[in-house]
Amino acid sequence: MARKHTIQAGYDGRLEPITVHLPDGEPEPWDAQSKLRIVGRPVPRLDAVAKVTGRAKYTQDVMLPGMLYGRFLRCPHPAARLRGIDVSRAKAYPGVKAVWTEKVGRKLHYQGQEVAAVAAISADVAEEALRLIQVDYEERPFVVDATKAMAPDAPLVFADEKLPDAEDAPPPRAKVTAKGNVRSTVETEGDLEAAFAEAEVIVEGTYRTQVQVHSALEPHGSVARWEGDELTVWSSTQATFGVREQLAAAFKLPKNKVRVLCEYMGGGFGAKFSAGPWSIVAAKLAREARAPVKMMLTRHDEQLCSGNRPDSVQWLKLGAKRDGTLVAIHLKSYGTPGVGTGAGTGGPVSALYKAKARRVEEADVFTNTRAAEAFRAPGHPQGCFALEQAMDELAQKLGMDPIELRKKNLQNPVQVAELDRGRAEVPAWKDRGGKLSPPSGAGGPRGDVRRGVGMACGVWYKFYSQATQVEIEVHKDGRVEVKNGAQDIGTGTRTYMAQIAAEELGLPLEAVTVRLGDTNLPVGPGSGGSITTPSIAPTVRAAAYQVGQKLKEVAAGLLKVPAEQVTLGEEGFRGGAKTMTWKQVCSRLPGDKLTVVASRAKDYEGLRDRMGGVQFAEVEVDTRTGVVRVVRMTVVQDFGRPLNPLTAESQINGGVIQGVSYALFEDRLLDRHTGQMVNPNLEAYKILTVNDCPEIRAVMFDVHPGFNNTGAIGLGEPPTVPTAAAIANAIADAIGARVRELPMTPDRVLAAIAGARGEKRAQATPDQDHDQRKTP
Amino acid sequence: MAGAKSDAPPGAGTSSQHAEEGGAATPPGGGLTRRELFQGLGAAAVVGGMLGDGRRARAATNPGGPEVLGPGKVPLKLTVNGSERALAIEPRTTLLDALRLELDLTGAKPVCDRGACGACTVLVDGAPVVSCMMLALDAQGRTIATVEGLAQGDKLSPLQQAFVEHDALQCGFCTPGMLMACAAVLAQHPKPTAEDVRRGVAGNLCRCGTYPKVVSATLAAAGPSSPTGRTGQGG
Repeated sequence: MARKHTIQAGYDGRLEPITVHLPDGEPEPWDAQSKLRIVGRPVPRLDAVAKVTGRAKYTQDVMLPGMLYGRFLRCPHPAARLRGIDVSRAKAYPGVKAVWTEKVGRKLHYQGQEVAAVAAISADVAEEALRLIQVDYEERPFVVDATKAMAPDAPLVFADEKLPDAEDAPPPRAKVTAKGNVRSTVETEGDLEAAFAEAEVIVEGTYRTQVQVHSALEPHGSVARWEGDELTVWSSTQATFGVREQLAAAFKLPKNKVRVLCEYMGGGFGAKFSAGPWSIVAAKLAREARAPVKMMLTRHDEQLCSGNRPDSVQWLKLGAKRDGTLVAIHLKSYGTPGVGTGAGTGGPVSALYKAKARRVEEADVFTNTRAAEAFRAPGHPQGCFALEQAMDELAQKLGMDPIELRKKNLQNPVQVAELDRGRAEVPAWKDRGGKLSPPSGAGGPRGDVRRGVGMACGVWYKFYSQATQVEIEVHKDGRVEVKNGAQDIGTGTRTYMAQIAAEELGLPLEAVTVRLGDTNLPVGPGSGGSITTPSIAPTVRAAAYQVGQKLKEVAAGLLKVPAEQVTLGEEGFRGGAKTMTWKQVCSRLPGDKLTVVASRAKDYEGLRDRMGGVQFAEVEVDTRTGVVRVVRMTVVQDFGRPLNPLTAESQINGGVIQGVSYALFEDRLLDRHTGQMVNPNLEAYKILTVNDCPEIRAVMFDVHPGFNNTGAIGLGEPPTVPTAAAIANAIADAIGARVRELPMTPDRVLAAIAGARGEKRAQATPDQDHDQRKTP
Repeated sequence: MAGAKSDAPPGAGTSSQHAEEGGAATPPGGGLTRRELFQGLGAAAVVGGMLGDGRRARAATNPGGPEVLGPGKVPLKLTVNGSERALAIEPRTTLLDALRLELDLTGAKPVCDRGACGACTVLVDGAPVVSCMMLALDAQGRTIATVEGLAQGDKLSPLQQAFVEHDALQCGFCTPGMLMACAAVLAQHPKPTAEDVRRGVAGNLCRCGTYPKVVSATLAAAGPSSPTGRTGQGG
């Protein structure tokens, strides 16, 4: 029986009572009025000591007796057929214990596709053996550039094969067509042509974003060990249970014969969901060699062929009334997910602003490159880069303050409040006085260096997985163990699990231990879509609440009062005038221990708006060299209750820093004539260093959403969504010209400055053959 | 700019320079630099396509050159975190692999395999070195400090404690390298500025975004700043 309960929900000090219906086993939700001891306090993460002492063992660090080392031989061509393969000399090479090969006749679709693998007594021996493998490739025509792949005469990536399945089902209204290398989706709402006819001001432009490589420091990889028909795999993964499913399917095993472990994980940004060849081939080699096999990707392979964020070319047209009311939005976007899917960028265009008519045309263009993978807020940094620059251009044309323009059109009222908070927190924005172009020069130019300030809105969603269970064990000596088999990828999952259980049970944090990253523990989500926290946190609390209820019954018998009169708090159990400590009651548990398993309840009533977020960028642009320095980022981000402000702040830093890196430096470079990646390493693929890192100010913005018992929402993705767009707008403010292409490297900045001066573009770019203004 | 990695001064995290110096000096008992070794391997691969034979051939066809060790295992002693450890390794083994695979010191991490990221940073004679770019043989007779040696038993060093309290780590994979680079900064500048710290970790990549807190934690570990104002904001 659901019971009714009234809580205070709202945001930014604007609270109102709402009634929620709580299912059985659910505690009363923490709301704006809850006074908490441990949750919401900055708590150093529980695994920090293991990480600063080097004791934390990652998959890369797993060493098993008799363990072999696996290495892949990869296709050097962007398109080929495997005509023949001779591994006899590799097999005979001293130290080699097992060899795997791809099927002869198989079509190979990208540079880096797995062709063979060996397991040997050391990684060096394995690599030597790879060089003894003779492969006969029939090279085939290829295309690695999205624009070229759209041409009618382009080589077909999947000539006589089925196209990869789209990751998500298309929206109900969408029309999907596939032709050549292009699969497009069109979704229309309202009468677009009529709405544009009604518009009094129109802006349109084309924006380009690059391919970004995840570049986690721990590469993809696994260690596989067989004991009889039972398979144990240590894997650097964001989805222990997803990897288990795939391994069970690959080896036709019942799920309980497969165990996946990931206690520490060296970086996951979206590309580490699948078991991948590194797990499946490792397990095959281990079975053949009758020894455990460790298969970690080399850095070269990690950068070349373990996933990426697709590029995009986005033509965007906005129509508005003279008072700033948006009436029509039209996006045509394409990009290449390689041989995978997911190049769409339409999220922000659909989810940020109101308009009576809207058309979103997105296309996946298949090319002969490794499949894209999800990457921190897939599609959204790209989409915001276009939309939020176009909004500034519209504001400029209307002569409106860009914040006022956004406030007028936002779908999400929470975000309207965030804009006001942000504006008040950024003095440079106030100095700018809401004006746009010519350059505000907020802070004043210093010689050739001009300062600029810009802002952008982001958007993300509130996902959670009901396939989440948490087990809590209370032992007779009072120890409490909280268990969920999902992974902590560095976000602080382990720590808030202990905080929540300790809070609910009136215990100090030290009384609780957490076990995770093991599929023999209760099921948990894959860490994608920012769902880990909103899935696990409320389930921990529900389990702890149920433990409390059961222990109150035990205490009631001992205190000789009715169970409903017993309270549980820091002093222990109180009934009438008497108290018993936690340990006293636990010592009287029947049996060895008390075990409770709780499942994630469905969300109930509360603030259902999307997640917003706004970022302000302050930049300095050297107009002589084109070098951009991001001086400061100010972030206002709603994410519900911060369970641990210390790790929440780290998540915000992480999203922003990756966003700055994406905005200014990162770019997967392919040689379009050979189809080869030219920067598959960490020195030529540029990642932001400490010297490029701006000051980051996170402005606290309180949201009490109500719909789960902790009020927690995931924070992994939202802070990286608007960063590049905000920087682009700040650059435009500084130099009076727009850079519509990522990364915003010095050459592009100089070209924009030259363009604004009416000069010819300073230098030819590789994309010169595609007019910047051409409609995709 | 991202080029900062190559701007890092000697003593900063990148330290490919140290590895080169280590390689150029004649190590006790002789040895090959990693570069020479790779050149040898490359040639063998081109000529024979049979590396096993190639390695043996190289050992046999180098009379009059530098003393040749291997290809089998050779004995070696390393002084790591204050204790002398005896091991047997192939001469081509890097210091990083010797620490991780032979001595089970897995704190230092293999990430880029070419001195570009700092994740394998250890201290050799007090200076930060990317251990993937130094042969273990070249570390003989020198003192090696790894992240495992920072704490005294269960007592964390002030730097480690500050990393914990400031949350200067997320996934933690870059953290051992960051710590060793910062330990070197503190050894050189007991009261560093934020700029000193940034220079010290300019060659250490972090993908999670811990840089601001690495800087603030290291400044905090150094204690309150002196009245001369040698202090700075994180990041």
